[in-house]
Amino acid sequence: MSDENFERFKQCAVKVLSVDEAAVVPEADFADDLDADSLDIVELVMALEEEFDVNVDEEELEGVATVAEAFELITSKL
Amino acid sequence: MSDGRDGGDAPTPGRVALVTGGNRGIGLAIARRLSRAGHRVAVTYRSERPADAEAYNLTCVRCDVTDPESVAAALATTTERLGAPEIVVCNAGLTRDGLVLRMSEEDFGAVIDANLTGSFRVAKQAVRAMVRGRWGRIVFISSVSGIGGQPGQANYSASKAGLIGLARSLAKEFASRNVTVNVIAPGAVGTDMLAALNEDQLDAIVSRVPLGRVGEADEIAAAVEFLASEDASYVTGIVLAVDGGLSMG
Ligand SMILES: NC(=O)c1ccc[n+]([C@@H]2O[C@H](COP(=O)([O-])OP(=O)(O)OC[C@H]3O[C@@H](n4cnc5c(N)ncnc54)[C@H](OP(=O)(O)O)[C@@H]3O)[C@@H](O)[C@H]2O)c1
Repeated sequence: MSDENFERFKQCAVKVLSVDEAAVVPEADFADDLDADSLDIVELVMALEEEFDVNVDEEELEGVATVAEAFELITSKL
Repeated sequence: MSDGRDGGDAPTPGRVALVTGGNRGIGLAIARRLSRAGHRVAVTYRSERPADAEAYNLTCVRCDVTDPESVAAALATTTERLGAPEIVVCNAGLTRDGLVLRMSEEDFGAVIDANLTGSFRVAKQAVRAMVRGRWGRIVFISSVSGIGGQPGQANYSASKAGLIGLARSLAKEFASRNVTVNVIAPGAVGTDMLAALNEDQLDAIVSRVPLGRVGEADEIAAAVEFLASEDASYVTGIVLAVDGGLSMG
């Protein structure tokens, strides 16, 4: 997990989800720990697409529940 | 009322508004109204810009709603000149009337594409910024034909009925982001669209209107102005008939 990429990821999450930096840890669950609903996750993904200049398909989002899973999905495309 | 995110509810005198098909007819009346209400208004056109664009300070952007790229370009231009639209009125629409037995699939599809899918394209692309800003108003211009059906307008009525399902789904999807989505269903309104009818057809319609006359474009615009206002903050997912009572049956 590259630190620099995770930092960029974290900043997006902080901004879009209005959460504390400290809460954005790999094991955090979007729904349970970050209080994010499905629209929040879509918003976050849109922000990440812009930040990392990648494209995420709808199906790829299925089963993504934690920060680590989302981070993995985004960085696998770099 | 604020949910603790970026408070989007502070009274702002003017918002950025975009009206598709705002170069003539009902759309132009809506654009003038919104402009008079203090909003910064952009209108889309395919054929001609409105003659009095300057007088009403209307920003004119070219857009064909059947082309997603054209919609994207129109939104980008509007955003560059005025800011991201916070009020979007999906008004562009057309008719291609005919009895079903003689209606080609092409005629059916073309009307759905412009009226229903076109509105979807505009709303989808515009709502993103509203979600970010935690404030938005989307108004779809449907029709009484979409509620009651109309012989000779199966394609048009289907497209206009579709807008109701579209609007209500959007209303639910984006309610948590303080974006309201409503529908106006005009009755017969004196524009070019109505001028396409012959006198008998027109008389037949007017005879069924309790208020006994055709509506004026500005009477539709007044309803849009309300739904787009701060005052309408608790109104979402409604279908507001502005039709002289026609849809009462
Ligand atoms: N008049 C009525 O009695 C009545 C009743 C119920 C509902 N409505 C609805 O009200 C809306 C406005 O109607 P109106 O009476 O003002 O009609 P209109 O005078 O015929 O104007 C139609 C508008 O839609 C635009 N438009 C059509 N196809 C388009 C496309 N593919 N891309 C972008 N713009 C497009 C036109 O632009 P161009 O000028 O560039 O072609 C024009 O601005 C329509 O949705 C209509 O269905 C009207």
